[in-house]
Amino acid sequence: MRNLFRIYLEKPELAGIALLVILTGIFEVRSNGVFLGADNVRGILGLLPEVGLVSIGVTVLMICGEFDLSVGSVFALTPMLAAVLMERDMPFLPAVLIGLAVAAGIGFINGVITLRFGIPSFITTLGMLFMARSMTVVISGGFPPVLPDELPTWLFTQFIGPGGLIRVSFIWFVAIALLVSAMLSLTNFGNWLKSTGGFLEAASSLGIPVNRVKIICFMLSSVLAGFGGLIEVLRLGSPLPSIGEGLELQAVAAAVIGGTALNGGIGTVLGAVVGSLLIRVIDNGLVLTQVDSNWFKFAVGALTIFAVVANARLRRAARGIRIETRA
Amino acid sequence: MTPIIECRGVQKWYAGVHALKNINLAVQRGEVVGLVGDNGAGKSTLIKILSGVHQPEAGAVLIEGRPVVLRSPKVAMRLGIETIYQTNSMVPTMSIARNLFLGREPISLGIGGIGLLDQARMRRESVQAIADVDLHLRSPDALVGELSGGQRQGVAIARAMHFKSKVLVLDEPTNHLSVKETNKVLGFIRGLKPQGVTGIFISHNIHHVFECCDRIVAMARGEIVFDSPVGGTNIDHIHDLL
Ligand SMILES: Nc1ncnc2c1ncn2[C@@H]1O[C@H](COP(=O)(O)OP(=O)(O)O)[C@@H](O)[C@H]1O
Ligand SMILES: [Mg+2]
Repeated sequence: MRNLFRIYLEKPELAGIALLVILTGIFEVRSNGVFLGADNVRGILGLLPEVGLVSIGVTVLMICGEFDLSVGSVFALTPMLAAVLMERDMPFLPAVLIGLAVAAGIGFINGVITLRFGIPSFITTLGMLFMARSMTVVISGGFPPVLPDELPTWLFTQFIGPGGLIRVSFIWFVAIALLVSAMLSLTNFGNWLKSTGGFLEAASSLGIPVNRVKIICFMLSSVLAGFGGLIEVLRLGSPLPSIGEGLELQAVAAAVIGGTALNGGIGTVLGAVVGSLLIRVIDNGLVLTQVDSNWFKFAVGALTIFAVVANARLRRAARGIRIETRA
Repeated sequence: MTPIIECRGVQKWYAGVHALKNINLAVQRGEVVGLVGDNGAGKSTLIKILSGVHQPEAGAVLIEGRPVVLRSPKVAMRLGIETIYQTNSMVPTMSIARNLFLGREPISLGIGGIGLLDQARMRRESVQAIADVDLHLRSPDALVGELSGGQRQGVAIARAMHFKSKVLVLDEPTNHLSVKETNKVLGFIRGLKPQGVTGIFISHNIHHVFECCDRIVAMARGEIVFDSPVGGTNIDHIHDLL
């Protein structure tokens, strides 16, 4: 049992990886080899970065003990704002940077309101979910703005690699995942972040600037959501005000399926990636194996509950555990 | 001799409750003081002022004769006051090495105080620090959540010693521990004296205080009502007093 606890804490994403392998095997067999065919893999990996980036941000925020339900709306607002600015002849780069800065601002506001008034971030960001969505629709003016023709879209959506298997967005995704992962495990900031979510009182009594740490995580979550939305809009070619609806819950599901604890302190970037990939695989696999695809949400929901129950049981079991001493 | 830490006329109110009324207390270098008193006497409030969690409404705290403003726990720690609370000051989901250096990590390639952890050094030094308090654990990578309550307090004490704190404050460190674990922690506290560390040990168990302190200070209703070397008093007398 102690070993299970250690494994859960050090590699919380392991169960998700095992499930991923099993499901991939099942879908591959049941689809007669179509599932792992180049075309299908291209489809799965092409969509992964958009959800995956959101999940990474949400996971990091959950590790430090907070939630963000506004990511789905920020996912729509950031590219909408950039598109509206570009329609008014602003060049690509500044428009995108302003969009991301607004996303960061929303994260900042989420954090400050949550901490200043001591309310659950669940509620703050639920409010922000509606407000940011509303702003998205308002600035779109009812009609999605038309993106200019000359955009560096290739920087995000071009297929590359052997057989054009991946999009450039996948490289962005991997690079960001590696950076955030290194931040978590190799820097002192990562130490502060995990301690903030792991045991807030201990962290603050040791002088960790817990509020600043949390606000940075709120901002990271928001910016990654905005960036994910930008990639999706560049792929679709048009900024729809409705994109990202329900994405916040998928991101929480991905985090939890990847082993992130609901009450903070535990979780990894790899877990977020595995969780997002599992959701994409289930979505895609159900279609390929001709199961009614309306079962998709059912499967994700069931998996989420299962993951939380399993994690909670491991935690409870861990309380009884004592390490032996040598003396 | 100049006391290593001193409170002069310290007062504290909590929304109408006069929690500390004119506290004067001076602790000499190397002394281990036992602070006793009933629940609500003001012991925790006093040490929260010493550890920078609360600020007094009146009076002053002096370290080595110099008045200091203990604005935050960080400031108090920088001035050499380290506090160990009854609810443990360790993060259970993190390793011993990471806990030991939490907030004081050795870093390289840093900008603005943020940088890469020197993990090899953290492991090496935490093994040493833990061995120094006579606690023997398999590995600095073990998670604090895997340790017993007594072992956790041992690691907390090792942390204070490693960072060469001048004054170690322990607020009921044996609460919620089994008898065996409690004895372990009392052993750690007895180990402070030979290393020349000054200690303030809060407990509502007078036997424990007699076992490991040089001097006994008793509080009641926000005041110090008794102050004597352990040799000059006995357990019954203090019992009667409280
Ligand atoms: N945070 C607080 N807010 C309001 N009153 C408090 C607070 N902390 C302590 N008190 C009150 O101050 C008095 C002293 O408490 P405390 O210092 O915790 O005593 P002890 O540690 O000796 O049991 C008690 O009357 C207690 O109710
Ligand atoms: Mg107390």
